[in-house]
Amino acid sequence: METVPEPGSNVPPKKDRLQTKKKKPRRYWEQETTGTAAGASPGPPRKRKRNRELRPQKPKKNDTSKKFRMSKKPRELKSPRPQRSLSGAQDPFAGPAPVSVEVVQKYCRIDKSKELPHPKTKTRSRLVVAEAQEEETSVRAARSELLLTEEPGFLEGEDGEDTAKIRQADIVEAVDIASAAKHFDLNLRQFGPYRLNYSRTGRHLAFGGRRGHVAALDWVTKKLTCEINVMEAVRDIRFLHSEALLAVAQNRWLHIYDNQGIELHCVRRCDRVTRLEFLPFHFLLATASETGFLTYLDVSVGKIVAALNARAGRLSVMTQNPYNAVIHLGHSNGTVSLWSPAMKEPLVKILCHRGGVRAVAVDSTGMHMATSGLDHQLKVFDLRGTFQPLSARTLPQGAGHLAFSQRGLLAAGMGDVVNIWAGQGKASPPSLEQPYLTHRLSGHVHGLQFCPYEDVLGVGHSGGITSMLVPGAAEPNFDGLESNPYRSRKQRQEWEVKALLEKVPAELICLDPRALAEVDVISLEQAKKERAERLVRSGAPRAWVPLPTTSHPHCILRSTAPCLRGCCSFHLPPLPQGYDPDARTPFQPKPKQKGRSSTASLVKRKRKVMDQEHRVSGHRGRAGHPKGNALLLAPLASSTCHFSPVSPYPGQNPPEPGAAAAEAREGQAHGGPAVGPGQIRALSQAPGPRRNILSPRPPVGNYPSLE
Amino acid sequence: MNANQAAESLLASNQQKELEDLPKDYPLSTSEDEGDKDEERKHQKLLESISSLNGKDRQKLADRSEASLKVSEFSVSSEGSGEKLVLSDLLEPVKTSSSLAAVKKQLNRVKSKKTVELPLHREEIERAGTPLEQEIFNLLHKNKQPVTDPLLTPVEKASLKAMSLEEVKMRRAELQRARALQSYYEARARREKRIKSKKYHRILKKGKAKQALKDFEKLQKVNPAAALEELEKLDKARMMERMSLKHQNSGKWAKSKAIMAKYDLEARQAMQEQLARNKELTQKVAASESEEEGEGQEEEEEPLVPDLVNEVQIKANGLNPWMFRNHFIDAKEAEVQKDLEDPAEPEAQETSESEEEKAVVEEETLLKEFEERRSLRQKSELNHMAEPVHRRVTKDPSSQEVLSDLRALCQKLSTENHQSGKQELSSARTAQREEPAREEEEPMLLQRPERARTLDELEELGREGCVENEELPRTAVEGLQLEKNLSNHIGAPKEKKRKEQMIDLQNLLTTKSPSVKSLAVPTTVQELEDEEERDQRQIIKEAFAGDDVIRDFLKEKREAVEASKPKDLDLTLPGWGEWGGIGLKPSAKKRRRFLIKAPEGPPRKDKNLPNVIINEKRNTHAAAHQVQVLPHPFTHHQQFERTIQTPGSTWNTQRAFQKLTMPKVVTKPGHIIKPIKAEDVGYRSSSRSDLSVIQRNPKRLSIRHKKHLENNCVD
Repeated sequence: METVPEPGSNVPPKKDRLQTKKKKPRRYWEQETTGTAAGASPGPPRKRKRNRELRPQKPKKNDTSKKFRMSKKPRELKSPRPQRSLSGAQDPFAGPAPVSVEVVQKYCRIDKSKELPHPKTKTRSRLVVAEAQEEETSVRAARSELLLTEEPGFLEGEDGEDTAKIRQADIVEAVDIASAAKHFDLNLRQFGPYRLNYSRTGRHLAFGGRRGHVAALDWVTKKLTCEINVMEAVRDIRFLHSEALLAVAQNRWLHIYDNQGIELHCVRRCDRVTRLEFLPFHFLLATASETGFLTYLDVSVGKIVAALNARAGRLSVMTQNPYNAVIHLGHSNGTVSLWSPAMKEPLVKILCHRGGVRAVAVDSTGMHMATSGLDHQLKVFDLRGTFQPLSARTLPQGAGHLAFSQRGLLAAGMGDVVNIWAGQGKASPPSLEQPYLTHRLSGHVHGLQFCPYEDVLGVGHSGGITSMLVPGAAEPNFDGLESNPYRSRKQRQEWEVKALLEKVPAELICLDPRALAEVDVISLEQAKKERAERLVRSGAPRAWVPLPTTSHPHCILRSTAPCLRGCCSFHLPPLPQGYDPDARTPFQPKPKQKGRSSTASLVKRKRKVMDQEHRVSGHRGRAGHPKGNALLLAPLASSTCHFSPVSPYPGQNPPEPGAAAAEAREGQAHGGPAVGPGQIRALSQAPGPRRNILSPRPPVGNYPSLE
Repeated sequence: MNANQAAESLLASNQQKELEDLPKDYPLSTSEDEGDKDEERKHQKLLESISSLNGKDRQKLADRSEASLKVSEFSVSSEGSGEKLVLSDLLEPVKTSSSLAAVKKQLNRVKSKKTVELPLHREEIERAGTPLEQEIFNLLHKNKQPVTDPLLTPVEKASLKAMSLEEVKMRRAELQRARALQSYYEARARREKRIKSKKYHRILKKGKAKQALKDFEKLQKVNPAAALEELEKLDKARMMERMSLKHQNSGKWAKSKAIMAKYDLEARQAMQEQLARNKELTQKVAASESEEEGEGQEEEEEPLVPDLVNEVQIKANGLNPWMFRNHFIDAKEAEVQKDLEDPAEPEAQETSESEEEKAVVEEETLLKEFEERRSLRQKSELNHMAEPVHRRVTKDPSSQEVLSDLRALCQKLSTENHQSGKQELSSARTAQREEPAREEEEPMLLQRPERARTLDELEELGREGCVENEELPRTAVEGLQLEKNLSNHIGAPKEKKRKEQMIDLQNLLTTKSPSVKSLAVPTTVQELEDEEERDQRQIIKEAFAGDDVIRDFLKEKREAVEASKPKDLDLTLPGWGEWGGIGLKPSAKKRRRFLIKAPEGPPRKDKNLPNVIINEKRNTHAAAHQVQVLPHPFTHHQQFERTIQTPGSTWNTQRAFQKLTMPKVVTKPGHIIKPIKAEDVGYRSSSRSDLSVIQRNPKRLSIRHKKHLENNCVD
């Protein structure tokens, strides 16, 4: 079903015949197994199947591209040879199941609309192979969406009913008992306003009161794992990579506890920490301190990776961008700065508010940032390069705390009220027109977080902890290999080892993680230039150009001869502009073996080739040429021996790196391919129409080296 | 015409006389008196200069290309003679022509005192027949220039007459004493200021505080309401002090920075920044202090609460008319209006005062200077007093526009303000009617950028058709426009451009966002409204807090842009190819020639984003992980990038990943791998297979290869 090409396709039939005729190469083990006892191998049918699978196939472009065709032509997808079952009945749905084009498009990462510089034949074949592979993988990914069985919840009012008027009690009444149990209040009035944090799996909850109360529990079963009082003010609390470790920002220093409540470390280099943020794929604990330092602590090796001075006074607003692991800091002068441990200065600084920034939150796709400031405004910014506000709203009190859910709901804590806004779909910005839900608490909000993989919003306030039900907040499908809420201890340990092996280096954090999959153009250009220079200097393909003496006033020689002392480069004539060692040599016809080879005919041939090239390049240069021209082109391209690649950049200089980067970003912003799925990894619902980053994992990594 | 003719005739007669007298003149002049020599010389020069109008020396002087009847009096110059030609010399009767003087003296000696008839009589001069003469005399009188006697002005004469020697001496002594006292006090104040002892200052402070407490208690007994106010002031003063401590040099942070500053550039900058901040703050205080001095007596002696007063003053004069109103609307409005009602009066008084002062004796010039300075200050103060009012007039509606986003929130407040604003508007209108002259002065005061910005905003909002523009009084609008024109006229285009950007940013930050009315839960809204009432003032503060933020951000961005620009390379060597020495400066031409201009970098990513600074620095750490060499068949990096778009197991399904990473050759453990044979690849050759001619397709074997194979077989 895989190999046999369909008759009538553009594969030449002759070749097809040849292939079938060709003797199948024998494998060395086949020979032996047939020779020896058959018992050594597993059952013959399985073996055969396996052989078939593992057979090294050289990629045939026509084959691969045909194999995975989409449901546009569902007939073709079916195997041409209907398989016969034992009973002799025919499979009515033979062949692989059809996949919808949209879903496949979602996982496509190659932007085919972008015109590439015309490749050589060899390169072109490589490109074709890569495209075929990419298509195949995207089809496979689309197919695996079948495994995402869960659907997100939702809340819909009756005709004209405002969903914001639905109270928590109503929701609890309506839902099943298991979900209803997820709404609860912890009445903890004694130890002051609480900060809280869910573990990455969403199973565990840790909270710390300002008056020193620290506790962690499995909030689903309500089983307490530990409860201590640290006898010091607690500013913030955060789980590290697993629920077994807990970082607590206390009055003085940063402490790390295990799930028994035993203090493991006291990190004195992080002092007066106000906010904590954990980057799970880099194993970095980012701390913002009163002293104005942003410190990155690598928790896997216990080393401080970077300590950056934000130079903006006390830092009390921090959040991470889950897409690219960039840290966002809010400052009292109304700006939000974006930080990476690799850079000493902020990557970007955005002036968001006229007053100080009170809270910042970034959604899981890394596209939107919500900020609230002292000017009582709540704004949603576009993070895709423009950093402009998409929508703004004035709130009566201004939001002191903000949080995005996995599916893009925005929660804001204003005094003792929590408002939640929803967008149109996933990856769309929350529309601030009408709140989706509203809830009043018994105390002022001090911490907000949506629980991952559960439709629950945890609110820490001065009266304790409240767990709210927010239908449609979380991703309904979890990735069992990545963050499994039901994992056992053993599984957790296994995962821990794997995660540590896959740890992403801290210096890879940058604004656009896709840039890591690009060639470092600046170095490339530099190397190219140096090579050209080297060749020119050593091979001396040009004569010394006598320069006027006055043009190199610093050298003592003051002569036209080259400067032997090497004291100045003025004596060397400048490199010929645009000299490129890689450039194609001009066409030189070979002398005829037989007959007369007259100069006239040589010139004629040269001219002919030149004209042809000119014509081809001219056609290519014209945008959107009619099809008739393309037909006319085809024989030209195939017949000529000296058909050459024509650079789209006639001046030998490829575009500037900045421009290239901008182009790349553009591509990404406009429906460009982004991160695909894991096996089942957190990908569930249709993404926004523009970009489709579904995986919560930031696509950083040194994957170029994989190739 | 008349005047000209008269002058010409006068000149002509003079010349004739001179010509006649010249031969006699020289011998006579030798026998002259010593006393008259100076005057004689002067006169001589005048004559010379006049005579040089026609004659050989004429070339030296102002040329007239063609002869004309009109001889301008301005062309009379004293060139050549070296001495200035004074107008009074010209106007003087020609009494002292040297020859006549000699004759006169002789005559005097001979006869009794009888004057000789002169061509023009004194009275005639004084009478000023022609309009030109009238004009001249007018001018002279106005400036109190001596018309006839060149030495003393009437004022001087009067003063001379007015005082006797003793008086002068006394006066002088008095002045001296005053000056000495002043300098003494100054020195003392300086000395006291320079005392570093904290203890001393603490004691001083304590003493002052005690004194203040006593006063306060007294006041409490006498006037409890005022005491309460005072108490509030005290509290605020304490708060202000606490706040201002931040910017001094004594904090822990500042000290540490001071230590670091020697080595760390950033620390140095931070320190400088702080110092500048401190300076700025203190400067403002000083400015208002001077104002406070002039303002009234009741505020003069308040050493304990200067910060408070100053702070409020700053606010009153500064950007924020809203805050001003909130603080002062009750207390100062009456005062302000009074000022508006009789704005001309103080000026008139002042002028009369100054006149009186000027009339005093000439020793008082020093004092006068002081006085003038003070009066100047008073004037400026007056302007200041006028300014906030005017500002309120113009800014009120606009600020309301700025606040439009908050309008729904603080409705009550705005209505209140509106009413009061209206009142003020009307009062201001009357003021404008009364005194249009003030308008002339005020644009100078109102040319600050933030003002213009608000104006622009106002205009824009007006275009949008926002409310409340109708209420803007016409006069005010006109005033605005006038000011705007003026400011536009004066402001350089560059500045304008910058302003535009600022405006842009401002608009960006004050985009109209929907109000809160649609919040779902009514109870919360109610409660929030309550709260809103509670902290209206805070809201307003917040709304106005942005100006500095925007300016700072723009400054920061400008600096960032400057820093990222490629620098030009200057290869000029001073002294190369020219004479050497100290203070050498290469010529502009040379510099231009050896200045290697840095190539213009690519445009910044944040070029069109006023609210964003994007760091253009390359992340070298990340670049180390990127691919830096193109593999073989690829000629362009984009081609290669396309082939590495499907990375790793993280982004692909398990099966896809396995397929992508499948090795080309699959081996099984525990099996012997025999070397490849020609048969395996499709050749039926002998044991000596030729691996060099491996081909996938035997049909495609060329004849040559076949031959080769055959040869091998034969071998």
